[in-house]
Amino acid sequence: MADTLTAASARRNAAHGGTLVVTARRDVAQDVVELTLARPGGERLPDWAPGAHIDIVLPDGTTRQYSLLGDRWDAHSFTIAVLREREGRGGSEHIHTRLTAGDTVGFGGPRNNFRLSPAPGYLFVAGGIGITPLMPMVRQAELLGDPWRLLYLGRSRARLAYLDELAQYGERVTVHAADESGRAVIDDWMPDPAVPPVVYACGPERMLDAVDLWAAPLGRHRVRLERFTARGDADRPATVFEVEVASSGAVVTVQKDESIVDALRRVDVDVITSCAQGVCGTCETGVLRGVPDHRDALLSEAERAESRCLYPCISRAVSDRLVLDL
Amino acid sequence: MSIVESPTTPDAASIDPFDLEFLRDPLPHHAALRDAGPVVRLEKYGVYAMARYDEVHAALVDWQSFQSAAGVGLSNFRHEKPWRPPSVLLEADPPRHDGPRAVVAPLLTTRRLRDLEQQWRADAATVVDAVLDRGEEFDAVTDLAEVFPLRVFPDAVGIGKEGRENLLPYGDFAFNAFGPPNELVTSAAPHMPPVTEWIGRQCLRENLTEDGFGAQIWAAADRGEISPEHAPMIVRSLLTAGVDTTVTGIAAIVHALAHTPGAVARLRRDRSLTRTAFEEAVRLTSPVQTFFRTATRDLQVGGVDIADGEKILMFLGSANRDPRRWEDPDTFDLDRDPSGHVAFGMGIHQCVGQHIARLEAICVLDALLDRIVDIEPAAPEQRHLNNTLVGWEHMPVRVHRG
Ligand code: FES
Repeated sequence: MADTLTAASARRNAAHGGTLVVTARRDVAQDVVELTLARPGGERLPDWAPGAHIDIVLPDGTTRQYSLLGDRWDAHSFTIAVLREREGRGGSEHIHTRLTAGDTVGFGGPRNNFRLSPAPGYLFVAGGIGITPLMPMVRQAELLGDPWRLLYLGRSRARLAYLDELAQYGERVTVHAADESGRAVIDDWMPDPAVPPVVYACGPERMLDAVDLWAAPLGRHRVRLERFTARGDADRPATVFEVEVASSGAVVTVQKDESIVDALRRVDVDVITSCAQGVCGTCETGVLRGVPDHRDALLSEAERAESRCLYPCISRAVSDRLVLDL
Repeated sequence: MSIVESPTTPDAASIDPFDLEFLRDPLPHHAALRDAGPVVRLEKYGVYAMARYDEVHAALVDWQSFQSAAGVGLSNFRHEKPWRPPSVLLEADPPRHDGPRAVVAPLLTTRRLRDLEQQWRADAATVVDAVLDRGEEFDAVTDLAEVFPLRVFPDAVGIGKEGRENLLPYGDFAFNAFGPPNELVTSAAPHMPPVTEWIGRQCLRENLTEDGFGAQIWAAADRGEISPEHAPMIVRSLLTAGVDTTVTGIAAIVHALAHTPGAVARLRRDRSLTRTAFEEAVRLTSPVQTFFRTATRDLQVGGVDIADGEKILMFLGSANRDPRRWEDPDTFDLDRDPSGHVAFGMGIHQCVGQHIARLEAICVLDALLDRIVDIEPAAPEQRHLNNTLVGWEHMPVRVHRG
């Protein structure tokens, strides 16, 4: 019977900013490692819903996005699964070869561009590591008693994570391994447009392009894709940076372990906060110059690209200095 | 703190938070509840109460343990039938809460509201000019705090011009209905059917203008982000929660200014403090005073066992004046950092219209500061009684125009 977290420790979350510690690590398929992450002090994590992802900021500043696939009724840990991409830009390689239990990483979000909307039925299509955002969707559809099916494609069964968990759903899960059955022909699985389910698909580009063609017969809003490439990678974040208050010209240095709001308080500039997690929008502040490292759950990709504002309770900087409209 | 406190003193346990005497002057009762312990059992209703900041904040964010779908009023939807179909926002938990919240929240961000700001500032100037033209004394509730939201908010939602006088009574009733069926409820109930029917009609797609929040909510249903049944329910939520609360928010600012000598002058010198003024005002007078949650499992809070299915009453207004959290909590202090107050709640159910409330209040406040140098009470205020909201019926004030 876990006691509920006290607000005092919830408030301390803000001080931890976006830091997570790896609490467990296990192999869930060939070249796929699953990490369990928690606050260093075990405090509550921000809320999320199926389809959400977080930014993971590695010690060298590399930022990568990973879908959350754990249980959101457990507010104290996040679970992600990472495919080792030997041709990749190093993020997954670092996680696979160097990150072990006890190590810390930075994080931002969670954000969600792939929300599970109410529907009379779902067809989930996963390609390889694309299963990650779909796992919590499968569990949620199951919880709500909504009809669903999962098509899970990959090169071989050994490379497909979570087959053991998915086995309980029997017929509703179709696994297609290319080394057993040859290359998949996506169109063979197109649902009946007379009774269309909503399709959620995540996986390699080629698979998504094929699924995207279903949008014409089924309806644009019934085909939803999560393209990992669409999630913009932040530039390398600065660990220590300066913030300038435009109205007074005051400059303060934001240390690694404090928020912009904390730092501004030292020069008597109060920014009113509420959630202190980048969730509620209370602290929104205009950005006049500099490049923010957005860690909030609020801005869309387009708004992040524009960067006309940021949430100083949680977000940081990529550039050495930010000039804020304060 | 390691001292074992007796969970319930006999005094606090007999408090009735829906008694008219309590509602007329809640502050001493709040203090008694806070001092009685982190959790108090209220005998009359067989519910638990939290009146301290830490416990209220923790319960608000922990939706996993403290659910809303069993009703955020006294009535327990696990056993009782709600008086109207439950709100798909306020009275829902994840996962059912996800879709409606995800649709309405992006419509009401500060970024989206910027489009409305210029018009609202002009409207605030018109309303305040009209009030001041009539003389130096006016009723800050009926002449100002009620007038401004009713002028701007229904237009923003996109409902028709006819029948808007139903909005305040409907909101008042809905917030009363979170309490027990006392005389505040029974006296209004017979008048409600036509009002409820009117509200229902406003939520239909054909009765909404093309560009308001209402139409945008229906557009989300077209995109499959919510079901078509959700759309009128979400519009209903905006109409229920978006008027009476902002009336109190605006009245709360005027009240704080009128009772704090020098506050107007200070704000006129430093307009960057208007945000603080608003947050302080709703910390001191939190429009929504209470909400219930229901335990989703057997829990323990502050040494008190709460069984699965038990109702817990959270005193938001009391948490915002808890001396364990706030220094000099009863003072309106423009030098204070009011961050973290729970007047808008906290967590996944945090008031989705909070940025609207802020913008409305700031527009009125700035319009006042542009025109007056001081404000003071002209006669004692008169409370408006409601089982959930705190507010005033009348607030006579006198202004000085310098
Ligand atoms: S305080 Fe909520 S977003 Fe910053």
